[in-house]
Amino acid sequence: MNTIIHSTALARGLQGSSRPLRTLAAAAATFTVLAVAGLCVPAWLTYLVTIAAGNALVSLGIVALMRGGVVSFGQGMFFAAGGYGAALLFNQAGWTDALALAAAGGVLAVALALPFAPLLARYRGIFFATLTLALSMVAYGVLMKWPELGGSDGFTVGRPTLLGQRLDGPEGAYRLFLLTVALAAAIGFLARIYFASSTGLVTLAARDNELRVEYLGASVRRLIGANFLIAAFFGGVGGALVVLSLGHVEPAFSYWTVSGEFVFIAVLAGYRSVPAVFIASFLLEIVRSFSSAYFPNTWQLALGLFLLLVIRFLPQGIGSLWTREAR
Amino acid sequence: MQEAILEARGIAKRFGAVVAASDINVKIGPGERVGLIGSNGAGKTTFVNMITGYLKPDEGQIKLAGTDITRLAPRAINMLGVKRSFQIPQLFGDLSVLENMLVALACRDGQGNFLRSARDPLRVEHADGLLRRFRLQEHRRRRVSELPGGVRKLLDIAMALTARPKLLLLDEPTSAVAADEKFQMMDTIMSALAEDPETPVLFVEHDMDIIGRHATRVIAFYSGRIIADDAPAAVLAQDDVRRYVTGEISGE
Repeated sequence: MNTIIHSTALARGLQGSSRPLRTLAAAAATFTVLAVAGLCVPAWLTYLVTIAAGNALVSLGIVALMRGGVVSFGQGMFFAAGGYGAALLFNQAGWTDALALAAAGGVLAVALALPFAPLLARYRGIFFATLTLALSMVAYGVLMKWPELGGSDGFTVGRPTLLGQRLDGPEGAYRLFLLTVALAAAIGFLARIYFASSTGLVTLAARDNELRVEYLGASVRRLIGANFLIAAFFGGVGGALVVLSLGHVEPAFSYWTVSGEFVFIAVLAGYRSVPAVFIASFLLEIVRSFSSAYFPNTWQLALGLFLLLVIRFLPQGIGSLWTREAR
Repeated sequence: MQEAILEARGIAKRFGAVVAASDINVKIGPGERVGLIGSNGAGKTTFVNMITGYLKPDEGQIKLAGTDITRLAPRAINMLGVKRSFQIPQLFGDLSVLENMLVALACRDGQGNFLRSARDPLRVEHADGLLRRFRLQEHRRRRVSELPGGVRKLLDIAMALTARPKLLLLDEPTSAVAADEKFQMMDTIMSALAEDPETPVLFVEHDMDIIGRHATRVIAFYSGRIIADDAPAAVLAQDDVRRYVTGEISGE
């Protein structure tokens, strides 16, 4: 019965606009193009896209929160939760399937976020940002002092499997790239559906006028709480995928500068477009790679200048270049 | 009178030494169009804020269709069917007119629907129907922050009507609207509301011509008390009302 109700809701949602089908087609087309391109471009570039896609998922969580008018400066905590969760399941529980580990990373991050969601949902502006930052720094401190989790050095993770096949060598890296891009496309599609949903529109309205949303009968606290959990899930999946590519996890994942980079991607993308988050993340990785190569130890300078230019010329983010509003 | 939709008994509210409401007793029945009049600080808005739950009375009881709402939170009162518009329209400036209506309809239908499109055809149809009633169709796609004040007022009221209210409160629906547009605007509002003839409407208003034209009953406030409650002509003829509200009789 429940399945029927949900199917009906989905069908009505799909009837409501041709956007979901267009979005699905766009996500599938993007995946196909990247999958084919991955066969032609050098391995370092597929690796860079893999990391960028994982990071983009983490920042997509911040964008989900930004649409409701709050910004998390502690998204690194969920990035770390997903990363550590996947790594521990791999090393301790013998889980090796990359897809299962990515999903588990998301679920573990949500489990971590759950007790804090009701508290954080009460705060706005700088208080919300500072509390999320504080939580991530507490997590960083705990990870640093926990010897069983490798302390400040963290620990390494072996190569995962996918559908029973070990992801070794260049071919394994390509398959992990495919998995990451496929998951990013799927989650991007779901995020787009959510942003265009009733709840997504009410979230945007709450950003504009919280009082009226409350007076129309919706609870803004519940909205912020739900978006916080969604952000945690995205962050956890992204963290797991990045760790599986890196083969290493460490407390720095939860450090404030890492959270700052995710905020950077979200600001660069703006809250109007889902694809913009992935583009922004890729741009950041490109800037980071080339700056590291040509201006070693000063890449933060390049990053800062890049952000200044974007805020000056595209204050609504690069997503505003092609969409007035992604609803 | 038929069974009351709203019943306020012995309502009192003080802010320190200031008496904002004292011994307010009101019954509003289905279909009534009640004008609330009084000078600034007379207690009209305090009365409206107590009905909507934003202020809690120090004494007395407020019932909506027999349910005690005196201590309920604003959102709970809203969900029971008390809807309002605001003196300064409370809208979503970054969204279009249609999207504002869709937000109101989405809130009406409850939260947690992450799959149903905000532009569900049934909701769009409902929103368009209300926009037509308020003659807002031509503004449908415009961003709210670009709209003139009168149009915003109409949209604010249209949004309040998305959930078929049991009681509708309009806080100064024609304030800040040009004098020559007031009557036309109030005519638009009242003709739109005429499609819900059973819903009682309370509107705060300072223009006595509008009161005379659109109210079936008038409640006059002065210094936190009700000094008159009757048909418009009878209330506007009372000496206390002419002295303290309309200013037709000067001095004490």
